[in-house]
Amino acid sequence: MNESVLLGDEALALGAIHAGLSAGFGYPGTPSTEILEYLIDNYEKNGGPLAQWCSNEKTAYEAALGVSFAGKRSLVTMKHVGLNVAADPFMNSSLLGIKGGIVVIVADDPSMHSSQGEQDSRFYADFAMIPCFEPVNQQQAYEMMFDAFALSEEKHVPVLMRMVTRLSHSRAVVHAFDESKRLPQNKLAKGDRKEWMLLPALARKNYDNMLAKQGDFVAWSDNNSWNKLVLNEKRTDLAIVTSGLGRNYFLENIEDYKKLCGDKGLPSMLHIGTLPLPRGLLGKLADSAQKILVIEEGMPFVEKRLAGILPQKTEVVGKLTGLLPASGELNPDTVRKALGLEPVPTAAGLLSQNDEAASALCEALPGRPPQLCKGCPHFDSYTALNMAVAELKKKAGEDGVCVCADIGCYSLGAGAPLNATETIVCMGASVGMARGASQAGVKYAFGVIGDSTFMHSGMTNLVDCVSTKTPVTIMILDNSIVAMTGCQKTIIPSSSFEPLVKGLGVEPEHVRVLDTNPSKHEENAKILVEEAEYRGVSVVIMRRECLEAFRIRTKAEKIKKAAEQAKK
Amino acid sequence: MKYDIILAGVGGQGVLSIAAIIAAAAMKDGLSVRQSEVHGMSQRGGGVSAHLRLSDGEIASDLIPLGSADMILAMEPMESLRYLPWLSENGVLVTAAEPFVNIGNYPELEKVYGAINALPTSHIVKSAELAKEAGNIKCENMVLIGAALEYMPVSKETVLQAVRDRFEKKDPALVEANAKALELGAKR
Repeated sequence: MNESVLLGDEALALGAIHAGLSAGFGYPGTPSTEILEYLIDNYEKNGGPLAQWCSNEKTAYEAALGVSFAGKRSLVTMKHVGLNVAADPFMNSSLLGIKGGIVVIVADDPSMHSSQGEQDSRFYADFAMIPCFEPVNQQQAYEMMFDAFALSEEKHVPVLMRMVTRLSHSRAVVHAFDESKRLPQNKLAKGDRKEWMLLPALARKNYDNMLAKQGDFVAWSDNNSWNKLVLNEKRTDLAIVTSGLGRNYFLENIEDYKKLCGDKGLPSMLHIGTLPLPRGLLGKLADSAQKILVIEEGMPFVEKRLAGILPQKTEVVGKLTGLLPASGELNPDTVRKALGLEPVPTAAGLLSQNDEAASALCEALPGRPPQLCKGCPHFDSYTALNMAVAELKKKAGEDGVCVCADIGCYSLGAGAPLNATETIVCMGASVGMARGASQAGVKYAFGVIGDSTFMHSGMTNLVDCVSTKTPVTIMILDNSIVAMTGCQKTIIPSSSFEPLVKGLGVEPEHVRVLDTNPSKHEENAKILVEEAEYRGVSVVIMRRECLEAFRIRTKAEKIKKAAEQAKK
Repeated sequence: MKYDIILAGVGGQGVLSIAAIIAAAAMKDGLSVRQSEVHGMSQRGGGVSAHLRLSDGEIASDLIPLGSADMILAMEPMESLRYLPWLSENGVLVTAAEPFVNIGNYPELEKVYGAINALPTSHIVKSAELAKEAGNIKCENMVLIGAALEYMPVSKETVLQAVRDRFEKKDPALVEANAKALELGAKR
C-alpha cells in the first residue's frame, strides 16, 4: 500500500525521505511549514532522517550546506521571503562544488494569503543560475524530489524546488514508489576544499565552471519530460505556454475551450516544469504561431523573457498586457476569461434576478478578518502599551512616539480595536526601525517583537542599539511558542531570554520581565512609560504562555499520561 | 461524475475537520479527491473556507470554479452566503443555524436566513442543538455532514468508518457520539 493522502508540502517531504535524505532544516513560514513538520514528526517518531527547526532561514541553509559538504543529501525549507534571509548562502552556494545533493524548497504565496508580498522565487533561481523545478500537483511534488537530488549531485549545483500556497496546502492521493526504487542515504565523504572556499582566486575558477554548466542546464531542460510540448499545425494564430498551476486552471476549462476552438483544434501548447527555460522547445512553439498566451502562476517571469524589449515577430500576451490580472494568484475563472470563454451562471446570479434584497445583502457581507484569540497575552501587552503611548504622546506630541512592530501573531495588534502598531516590514525590522526612528528624533521609540522573531533577526538589531546607546524601548512578547505558523517550539526556552538580553549588554536595571495579563494593564503601562523616559536601551519582556500552545501542551501531557496508565 | 463542495465557517469551528472526514470517506468509496485549504492567519477567528472536489476521474484544479460548486456546507450562516458566486444554479446550501458574532457589523440574522431560504435548495440545521442531543457539543460537525449526506456521493457507512479511523485512538467515546450526531443530522 504505497498510497497516502498528502498535502503538497507533505508529498515533498515524503519524496525527500524516499530519495535518501539525511537532514532537513528550515524556519517556520506559511505555506512551507508542513514540509519540515512532516520530517520532524518522522524523525522523532520513526527514527527517520534528522530534521530540525533553526533560528532563521540563513542558519538553516548553512546547516544544509554542511551536510552537503559532508557528502550527504540535505534540504532546506522556507517561504518566499525566507529566501531573502537565506540569500547570502544561497547565492554563494551556486559557485560551490556541491557534493551531497541539496534541494532548496521555497513556497511562494501568490495573493499574499499570509505574507507581506508575492515575490516569485524563480527569479532567484535565475539570478543564481541554478536549475529549478515547479510541480503542478502532489504526485509531481513527490516524484520531482528524486529528480532534483539526482541533478544536484550530477551537476554539483543546488537545485530550487518552487511551490505555491495553493499546492502546498492542498491534499490529494500520492502513489509512493516501491521500496525497490527508494534510495539509501549517502555515505560520509567530504567535498573538495578547492570547490568549497570562495577566496577570490578560487571563486573566479568556480564561477567560470558555473558559467560553463549553463549550456548543460538548458539542454537538460529542453530534454526534460516535465516540459511538455504538443504541436498542432492547424493553429498558426495562437499558441499557449503554461507554467506552474496555470496548467491546472487551463485543463479545468479544456472541455469548453475545445468547443470554442472547433475543428481546427486546440492551440499548440508548451508546459514548463523546469528552469532554465527550455529554449529549444520555446523556439519550436514560437515558430508555429503568431501569438503566445502565457498562463503562469506568480510574477510574469516567463512572459517577461518571451516578450523581451526589442521588436519581434511573436506577439506575447498575458499578465503584462492585461489579459490576466497582474497581481494575485491565478484561478480557473481568470484563466477562463483569458481564453475567451463566457462565465458560467451561478446561484448568486440567480438570486440577483429573483430577490434583490437578498442579493444586495450577499454582495455586501462584512469582512471577517483574523483576530487575536480571546484571552491572548498579546492583547494585554498592547493594551498596556496603548495606555503608555497615550500618556507619552501628551508630552511629546504625535511625532514624538512611534511603535514599530514585527511579524507574528502579534502583527494582528495592527487592527481594530487595538490599532497599536505603525510599521510592520520584515523579520526583526521592529528593533532596527525603532533605533533609526529614535536617532531621527522620535523621542519615545518602541520596537515590538515576538520571542521567535527576536531570535530570528532581532538580536543583531538590539546589539546595534546597545553599541550606539540609542534610546529605545524594546518589548519582547514572550508567549513561549512560534504561534502564527502553528505552534512550533521556540529555538531557546523562555527562561533564556533575560540572561541573553543582559549578556548582549543591556543594563540589568533596564531589563524588565512583566506578567502580561488583564489585571496588570495599569501597572505594566506605568513601567513602560518609565522605561521609555529612560534615555538608553530598555528591554521589557512581556511574558505569558500562548493559549493555543497551552492547549496543545496540556493535551499532549494528558495523552502521554493515559498511555503510561494503560501500560501499568 | 464530479461533486464539488465549498466548506465555510470561522477559524476554529472545525471546517477543515469536516473536509478531512468527507475526503477520507470519498477515498474509501474509490473516488479521486482534492482538498484545498488556506492555513495560517484565518485560524484566528477569521473567515475560513476549503474547496473539496470529488470525482470518478482526474481533477485538474484545486480551486472550484465560479458556478461549479454543487454544495456549500457551512458551520456559520453568514459565511455560507459569502460563497454564493461559486454555487451552481442547481446547487444546495446546508448551514448551521447558529451565528458566530465576533465582528461589530454582523447583519440582522433574519435577513441572513431570508437570503438562505431564497435559494432553490437550502437547509438551515440546528446543529448545535442536535449535537447536544447526540451527547457532545463537539459533534456539531458530524450533524452537518449527516444533514448533507443525502446529496453527496458518499455513503453513511464510509463516513462512519472515516470517523472511526480518525477518532478511535484519540477519543473512543467520541466515535459513538459522532455516529449518533450523523443520524440526527440526516433526519434534520
